[in-house]
Amino acid sequence: MTEFAEIWTYLSADPLLWLTLTLAAYGIGDALFHASGRRPYINPVLIAVALLAVLLRITGTSYGTYFEGAQFVHFILGPATVALAVPLHANLHHIRQTAIPLIGALIAGSLAAMISAVAIGAALGLDQATLLALIPKSATAPVALGVSEAIGGSPSLTAVFVITTGITGAIIATPLLNLLRIKDWRARGFAVGVTSHGIGTARAFQVNETAGAFSGVGMGLNALLTALIAPLIANLLFAG
Amino acid sequence: MIINLVILLGFQLLGEVTSRGLNLSLPGPVIGMAALFAVCVIWPRVATHIAPTTTVLLAHLSLLFVPAGVGVVGHLDTFGADGPALGLAIIGSTIAAISIGALTFVGLMRLTSGHDD
Repeated sequence: MTEFAEIWTYLSADPLLWLTLTLAAYGIGDALFHASGRRPYINPVLIAVALLAVLLRITGTSYGTYFEGAQFVHFILGPATVALAVPLHANLHHIRQTAIPLIGALIAGSLAAMISAVAIGAALGLDQATLLALIPKSATAPVALGVSEAIGGSPSLTAVFVITTGITGAIIATPLLNLLRIKDWRARGFAVGVTSHGIGTARAFQVNETAGAFSGVGMGLNALLTALIAPLIANLLFAG
Repeated sequence: MIINLVILLGFQLLGEVTSRGLNLSLPGPVIGMAALFAVCVIWPRVATHIAPTTTVLLAHLSLLFVPAGVGVVGHLDTFGADGPALGLAIIGSTIAAISIGALTFVGLMRLTSGHDD
């Protein structure tokens, strides 16, 4: 028993343990996602977060200690955000061919996502800190976290909002767009990418190749637009 | 591989310096992405060169937000009290954004191409 306590003292002070467990938890989530036949509501990130949260609780580990290990994974968000330029560039021909509908739908969809979330949240009595964290939720996670931090929201809350928005969009997109009788795969995919970023894009690729490509374009463009206008919206709504 | 990592980190660094230097609320990596996109448009060879590295990085993009997501343990009381309001705000805004985005796209397609489908 003493031996285990000694080993635990070493491990709990070393970043290796929580770095390994972060990768392992995501691995489990990813395996379940594939085993489920890639159902959008079996989300690897939500599973990993839940597993790690329970582990932290059981072992009495603080988030600060956990993050000392997990920061190595967190750091890669920066270069990964920069890397989004490449798939956006690969779809440049789509952007050129349908520039006007793309720009119009981007602005309309992005504004609708931010303003309606804040409006509904405010009407239901959410506090300002939570509303700020809701604003960038339709942008892809690395961008949304950076934006949330920049406008004074909580990146952790935003991370969860981003994932739930992605899952919601992936689940409702097909029935909703059928209800609206929208048959154009470009319009369907693009709207899903603008609203539900990578999770929506993964779903769009399952449904239709063209929808997937346009969803990817929507995700990339909305990452840029959200970063540009979320600070303005935050200022406008919460000018103090 | 190494040169590709230098390119990605270099553009991030450029973005961070620009963001802090000019006091912008735009995150540094987003400025880096926009700058790299512009460079890829001007010199498509850059995109071809770094594509193998970016594909690997982006293949498991969702892994990268697990550490931030775990930070939610500090906000569990928020979800207890505000859970239903948050759920409605997220579902409502997702329905609004997908509908408005797709309808705008279809409307503008009709206007610009001049024929119905």
